Amino acid sequence: MIPPSFEYHRPSTVDEAVGLLSSLGSEAKILAGGHSLLPMMKLRFAQPEHLVDINRIPELKGVRVVGDDIVIGAMTSENAVIADPVLNEKVPLLPEAAKLIADPQVRNRGTIGGDIAHGDPANDHPALALACDAVMTIAGPNGKRQVPASEFFLGTYWTALEESDILTEITVKAFPPGAGYSYKKLKRKTGDWATAACAVVIAMSGGAVSHIRITLTNLGPTALRAHEAESILMGQHVSDALIRQAAEQAMEICDPAEDLRGDAEYKTAMAGQMVQRAIHDALSKAS
Amino acid sequence: MAKQIVKMTLNGQQIEQLVDSRTLLVHFLREQMSLTGAHIGCETSHCGACTVDIDGESVKACTHLAVQCDGSDVKTVEGLAEAGALHAVQEAFYEEHGLQCGFCTPGMLMRSYRFLQENPNPTEDEIRLGLSGNLCRCTGYQNIVKAVQSAAIKLQQKESATA
Ligand SMILES: Cc1cc2nc3c(=O)[nH]c(=O)nc-3n(C[C@H](O)[C@H](O)[C@H](O)COP(=O)(O)OP(=O)(O)OC[C@H]3O[C@@H](n4cnc5c(N)ncnc54)[C@H](O)[C@@H]3O)c2cc1C
Ligand code: FES
Ligand code: FES
Repeated sequence: MIPPSFEYHRPSTVDEAVGLLSSLGSEAKILAGGHSLLPMMKLRFAQPEHLVDINRIPELKGVRVVGDDIVIGAMTSENAVIADPVLNEKVPLLPEAAKLIADPQVRNRGTIGGDIAHGDPANDHPALALACDAVMTIAGPNGKRQVPASEFFLGTYWTALEESDILTEITVKAFPPGAGYSYKKLKRKTGDWATAACAVVIAMSGGAVSHIRITLTNLGPTALRAHEAESILMGQHVSDALIRQAAEQAMEICDPAEDLRGDAEYKTAMAGQMVQRAIHDALSKAS
Repeated sequence: MAKQIVKMTLNGQQIEQLVDSRTLLVHFLREQMSLTGAHIGCETSHCGACTVDIDGESVKACTHLAVQCDGSDVKTVEGLAEAGALHAVQEAFYEEHGLQCGFCTPGMLMRSYRFLQENPNPTEDEIRLGLSGNLCRCTGYQNIVKAVQSAAIKLQQKESATA
């Protein structure tokens, strides 16, 4: 399986890359880690005439702290996310969940930006971005703009990115002090996408829930945020019964596609389990 | 048309080659450079038989373009042995029966080589996780884990002998 022919371009700055993408138009695609794009090209699901390789643009890599913001370069690899001291201290959900993505070799190449930009509902970072209230910074022909994660994922393989746009940064805030977090992902084997997965971030104040996010992977056409399930717990003293009720509410919004991992009923049932496990695990880490 | 000159260090040698941009690294190595060590198992980045080392990281060569290696330092299983002496991971796989048919072995060796630099004193669980991107259809993994444990000890002994 060899990808179809294309012209290869390797810009060294974001401006140069945006310029190339604008002049090449719809026949060009960005090459990040290549671990979703190259497989799709081998299968002829994608046949771009030009690949714009953004691997050699230093400004797109690494994690920076800017005031209250933690800014993650789109080309930061999964293994770099796992190893990053700032993320481990301030947004530990991201490194913990990245360990559940693919395998060690794939994590050297796959990038957080590529995982988000691809728009695949099976990918893990979209739900994580929703759970962290991430903001996407996008560079395009008309300059830079910012789009919150809640407005970024529009459908399967469909995001707020326009033709010549590059996702440059993912910005998150440090978790509230004492926050608990969890990502529970049911998968059949190492390197598999989720049958169902749930991210939870929770903070407590005086024994009651003061902040909560519950988000879901591979349970609909995009990653989902379970707003109503969150409302069941917000402001409450948590009990097993309330957690079960929240999980049932989260199951209501699931609309998974049937595939080899199971039918919609099974996946929705597993979503309920992942939500409960993630809430329990997050609570055990909260203080 | 879509050809590019690519310069890289391959197993310690500087090379310069004309490469079609769509050529995957594994095909470049096997067909253009006649280095057939990196195997093609699945071609879908699952099995790890094509694992090579690029700039100090393990990469699946079936999901990487040869043109992306311009300026890189690439190592394949052919570059593991030095001055005719097997590398510690090769010795250990041989001694501990870490292979049967041998198809997965080049990838297992290259991943073990890098993994033991990332984690020189791993637990059994860490070995299994570290090698989780490499599939073996024969051994049941038991002897592969033993081989990596044995290679870790060999490398530690070498390290303390030179320190
Ligand atoms: C065996 C295997 C198992 C996997 N398992 C998982 C898993 O469990 N969970 C998971 O989430 N993922 C998984 N993946 C997917 C993997 O993590 C991909 O790396 C990821 O989906 C895409 O990131 P990439 O950097 O490789 O992007 P690429 O493949 O290079 O690009 C993907 C798409 O996004 C576009 N793009 C990339 N970067 C940008 C950018 N900065 N701005 C605008 N557009 C951009 C590209 O043009 C392309 O259309 C797996 C992949 C493999 C091969
Ligand atoms: S051939 Fe590359 S991972 Fe299987
Ligand atoms: S020894 Fe046969 S596949 Fe591993």
